[in-house]
Amino acid sequence: MAGSDLVMYENEFQKIDEELQKLHQQANANVVFLVDKNGQLIASAGDTHNIDTTSLASLTAGNIAATGGIARLLGEKEFTILFHEGEKDNIHISLIGQRVILVVIFDQRSSLGLVRLRVKKTADVLTRLFEDITSKAEKEKLEGKTTESPFAEISDEDIDNLFK
Amino acid sequence: MSFINYSSREINCKIVYYGPGLCGKTTNLQFIYKKTKPEQKGKLISLATETERTLFFDFLPLALGDIRGFKVRFHLYTVPGQVFYAASRKLILKGVDGVIFVADSQIERMDANIESLEDLRINLAEQGYAVEKLPYAVQYNKRDLPSVAPLEEMNKILNVNGVQWFEAVAPTGVGVFETLKSVAKQVLLELKKHY
Repeated sequence: MAGSDLVMYENEFQKIDEELQKLHQQANANVVFLVDKNGQLIASAGDTHNIDTTSLASLTAGNIAATGGIARLLGEKEFTILFHEGEKDNIHISLIGQRVILVVIFDQRSSLGLVRLRVKKTADVLTRLFEDITSKAEKEKLEGKTTESPFAEISDEDIDNLFK
Repeated sequence: MSFINYSSREINCKIVYYGPGLCGKTTNLQFIYKKTKPEQKGKLISLATETERTLFFDFLPLALGDIRGFKVRFHLYTVPGQVFYAASRKLILKGVDGVIFVADSQIERMDANIESLEDLRINLAEQGYAVEKLPYAVQYNKRDLPSVAPLEEMNKILNVNGVQWFEAVAPTGVGVFETLKSVAKQVLLELKKHY
């Protein structure tokens, strides 16, 4: 299969979660999300109760993908930041390390300038974190590490049960 | 490209419904949405035109249950089938784990099926995938219509590799879950191979 699967362990997830919490606080944001470029939600911080996070993740990724398509048509590599302004809420979307998408939703209690500044800092940290995750996965693959795999034991019956 | 989260114990996989315009990709998703328990599904999102033609994609997240303590989530996407949405189709295939090719069984749509299948091959190849290596199934939809091509002929033209195929009537659900299950199973078995 082309590309590599994204595998995340407790330790890395915690670090990412901490970064998002920090950004949520420092940017005075309502909600902060981290989404895989393929539309899968990785982590979030803030009040997500009233938001359909799964749909938001998929649409954000679609948005980034479409914008990326436009960029390439214009000879740009990528547009890394998208910003949508609403009556009450605004959304700031940025592509990090070509791999994940950071989404910040904020209202008048914050400002675009503050969000941009904080996002930039968080982006640096997250870029390093994801580089670590990728290199760790590659290393494990090279070493052929397959211990504790929960998937080695998947049986046809398990799968059939999903579709009962 | 699956996303495995050991922290929240979740596996996320992406399955894409591909096929020519009006072959019934969205109808497949609508039936799945209708027949799935509320706690197992998210919203069905359709980015469609005013005439209900898919503009960008449809999206349906499904959480069917657990396997070995991991919550298994399938994200189902459809592509816009109309020829001129080629650029959008490419985007949706990014990071795909499995593909369902929905073919329109009507004889007069055979050329459209062939064109769409070729388009799928090209778009997958651009991203380094090959239909032969990807979890993949073919669905012959609209079997209830009068002017359908014989299955043997469809298989010969649209399924040269002899992958699993299903007859379907998407509005009534015939073959819909069978097709999804086939590809979902292949996707999970693929994970088993790699992890």
